[in-house]
This record gives sequence, structure tokens and C-alpha cells, in this order.
Amino acid sequence: MCGIVGLFLKNPKLEPQLGALLADMLKTMTDRGPDSAGFAVYGSDGAGVKLTLRGPDAGALAKAVSGLEEVLGGSVSATARDTHSVIALASDQEETARAWLSANAPGIDVVSAGKRMEIYKETGLPENVARRFDLSTMTGTHGIGHTRMATESAVTTNGAHPFSTGLDECLVHNGSLSNHNDMRRRLQHEGITFATKNDTEVAAGYLSWRMREGASLKDALESSLTDLDGFFTFVVGTESGFAVVRDPIACKPAVMAETDDYVAFGSEYRALIGLPGIDKARVFEPEPARVYAWERH
Amino acid sequence: MPVYDLRSAGLRDLNRQLHALRPDTNETHWTVQNPDGAHAIAAGLDAAVTVEIEGNVGYYCAGMNKLANVVIHGSAGTGVAENMMSGFVHVKGDVSQSAGATSHGGMLVVDGNAGARCGISMKGIDILVKGSIGHMSAFMAQAGTLTVLGDAGEALGDSLYEARLYVRGSVKSLGADCIEKPMRDEHRAQLAEKLKAAGLLGEVGIEEFRRYGSARTLYHFHVDNAGAY
Repeated sequence: MCGIVGLFLKNPKLEPQLGALLADMLKTMTDRGPDSAGFAVYGSDGAGVKLTLRGPDAGALAKAVSGLEEVLGGSVSATARDTHSVIALASDQEETARAWLSANAPGIDVVSAGKRMEIYKETGLPENVARRFDLSTMTGTHGIGHTRMATESAVTTNGAHPFSTGLDECLVHNGSLSNHNDMRRRLQHEGITFATKNDTEVAAGYLSWRMREGASLKDALESSLTDLDGFFTFVVGTESGFAVVRDPIACKPAVMAETDDYVAFGSEYRALIGLPGIDKARVFEPEPARVYAWERH
Repeated sequence: MPVYDLRSAGLRDLNRQLHALRPDTNETHWTVQNPDGAHAIAAGLDAAVTVEIEGNVGYYCAGMNKLANVVIHGSAGTGVAENMMSGFVHVKGDVSQSAGATSHGGMLVVDGNAGARCGISMKGIDILVKGSIGHMSAFMAQAGTLTVLGDAGEALGDSLYEARLYVRGSVKSLGADCIEKPMRDEHRAQLAEKLKAAGLLGEVGIEEFRRYGSARTLYHFHVDNAGAY
């Protein structure tokens, strides 16, 4: 099963409410995915790059941050939220930081990297996951969330969505892919790295590769319809974009709503009922094998 | 004329009250407010009452319906009027996939578009969609009629039996064993009857429709087809 929610704001006046709206949407989709939950929020724009780190507890994260301060030779700003911590680095520090973390902090994962994107995910009921990370207080321009009912791999934090394989890029998925092992090998040859054996991470990696080669988000999704085999509804975020695509058979449910203020996605209409002006929104079911993409200007 | 606010009173209580209606009930007109996309609203009815739902509904609305007249003033999710036995379901908006699936009787009218698999395995229902329908509609349809004023998606009527499909617009492709068939008088009469039941007689030209049905080559195993399995 699994549930997906997404919210892309057109009206900046709603930006302070992004997290609160997304938290409600996520909670409604608990019936479709009670195992674990995760979300990506596109918030404030820093000077360099933000890494979202995940560790076993706050102590381990704090220890990793002081280790990074030592190796980078200066203080590192870190915002701790439960098992995650977002650290702000200068762009040229990212490589050193990642190398140090993988060599010296075995319990710490880098969940995401981005100028604006932060990703949080954990096992447990979506409502609890949202509360632990204080999603309802987060602000931003767009966000994507996922509630997971695991079918293909274990209920672990690293199996939870969203997956990120590129700067400010994230993807959530309802469905399963059948050619992910072959595609993972092909993408590894292209230099894309994967942290898990998960099929969804391959889809994220595929889009990262296509966009690295110059494709727009829309074009990358168009070609995924040919290159990825299986059933899927994807919702994808980039630094300035938001997109949705369903496989040609359209196995997995999807409902969208659009107003002058926002574009919203839900696996079911129920997830959208708390949005402002939903009564007047244009509500529609995205067609199979058709890419829907929005871009901030 | 009960008015029921689903947001404050809950789904199970509503359905319990509707299921308890006796054939001679005086409460023949129900209004359901704030449906909020909930699933299984007014499912399993067995009384000649009218239920008007003021908004969008989730899955299986009016499923297994018998006798009741259910009007949805909004759009419906997967499986609206699935396995209906009799009665009338009218959706003023769009419907998602598998509308009218496996239904034995009654009529489903959709003012907007229908998603994929509309009328899948239908067994006698009359479905009329004023917009277009998605792919794999009327898959393995056994009996009844599917009338579409707009277009049909890919693989219309795949492996169908005796259901009759009337499409006014284009058909993207026909499924296995589904072919176009001539419109004879009996079909024109049947189509007129269905349009009339949906309140459309005289508004739509019968001659604009084309009929599709089974070529009946898949009814029995044929050794020449063995390679196809």
C-alpha cells in the first residue's frame, strides 16, 4: 500500500503553514502506511549546503558534530531534532565532511544534502514521526511526505521514504519496481551511489542521473516511463520543482488538487480535506503515463 | 428528511441507520454533509430511499447497492457502485477507477469522466458516462451496457462476453476479442432507452454512437491459441 502526500505552494503567504498542513495530510494517510513515515521540506536557503544527519540518539549526533568541527577547523551550526540533525556547511566542506563521517562515525547516516531541502524519516506511526521532528512548525515552499507499509524490504529507517540521491532532490514512491537490480548496476557504472537495496532509491538515482546529464525534471520523468519497469506513483521534489507521474497501468491511487495558492497531491482525497479552499479547488486524478510538473519562478 | 453530518457523527453510525431502514420507512430522503472523501459511504443499502451526498467521496461509495437512489454532488474514488444489484447512482463529478465493477443491475450515471477499468467484469448494470473513460474499461464484461458520450482509452472491452458497449467518441484501442459491430434497430432502441433513463434522450444523437462487442473467439479453449498462454 503506502500513502503519499505533497504540497507545492504558489502563494508565499501560506509558507509559514507548510509544515502544519503537511503534518495533517501525513497523519490522514496512516491507514495506508503505519510502519514508518518521512518527509522532505524545502525551507530556508542557506549560503552553502545543508546536510541532514541521522543517528541513534542526540548524543551520538552531537559527538559527530564536534568531530566535524575539529576536522573542518571551525564551528559547525547544527539544528538537532530528535534522531536527526541538520548541519550547515560551506559548499567546499561537504566532501571532507562526508569522508570524515563515513570513516569515523559508523552509526551516522547522511539522509540528504541540499541548499534548501531537509529530510526526516523514522519508523513508527506517521503522527508520532511528525511530532518527534516538530513538522508542524516547519516552514517552506514545498514538501513531500510518505507513509510506508513495507512490502519489499524490512521496516527500517533507511527503508523509509523520501529517498535522496542528489542535491535538493527527493522522491517518494507507492508501488514496486521489478528491474531495480539491473538499473542499479547500470547507474553505479554512471557513478551514482546507493545506500540501500531498496527499489525506490534506484528510481531516485535514475532521476538524479538523468538530470545530471542535462534533462529537466519533466524530461527525466518522461524517460522513466520507458526505463523503469514495475508499478509506481512517484512524487518528486527539486530545489524549485514538484512533479508527479504514474505508471501506464495506473495501479496506485492518486488525487490532485490545484488552486491559485497551491498544488497538492494525496494518495486519497481524504488527505487533502484540511487544505484551505479545498472546496473550490480543481480536484482531478492524474492520468496514467503523463508527467505533471510545476516549477517556482 | 434526515440530515447527517458525517464529520461530526461518523460513518458507521450513518451506515447502520441506513441499513436499518425498513421497506415502508417514511425517511425516504437523506442528506449527507461533509463526506470528506470517506470510504464506503452508503454502501450496502437495501431500501428504496434517496441519499444525497454533498461533496467528494472515497472508495466504494454506494457499493452493493439495492433499490436506493444515491446522488453524489462531487467526485467519487475507486469502485463507486461496485457490485450494485439495482437502484440508481448518479455522480455529478468524476469517478476514479473500477466504477460499477462487477455490478449485476441498476444504473450508474457519471456526469464527468471515469478513470481506468470502468465497468470491469460488469454483469448486468447499465453505466452511462457523459465524459470519457480510461484504459481497460469493460474488461471481461459479461452483461449490461456501457454508454460513453466521450472517448474510450486503451484496450476497451478486453476479453468481454455479452456486454454491449456504445461509444460516441474515439476509441484509443480495442482489447483482445473486442470488435466493432453494426448498430441495428434493436441496439438503437436499447441505446435510446438508456439515454432516456439518464435523462438525455433527444439531447444526443443516437446515430453518433458506434457499437462494440465480443467476437466470441475466446469463449472456449482453442488449440491454435495454445501458444498465446
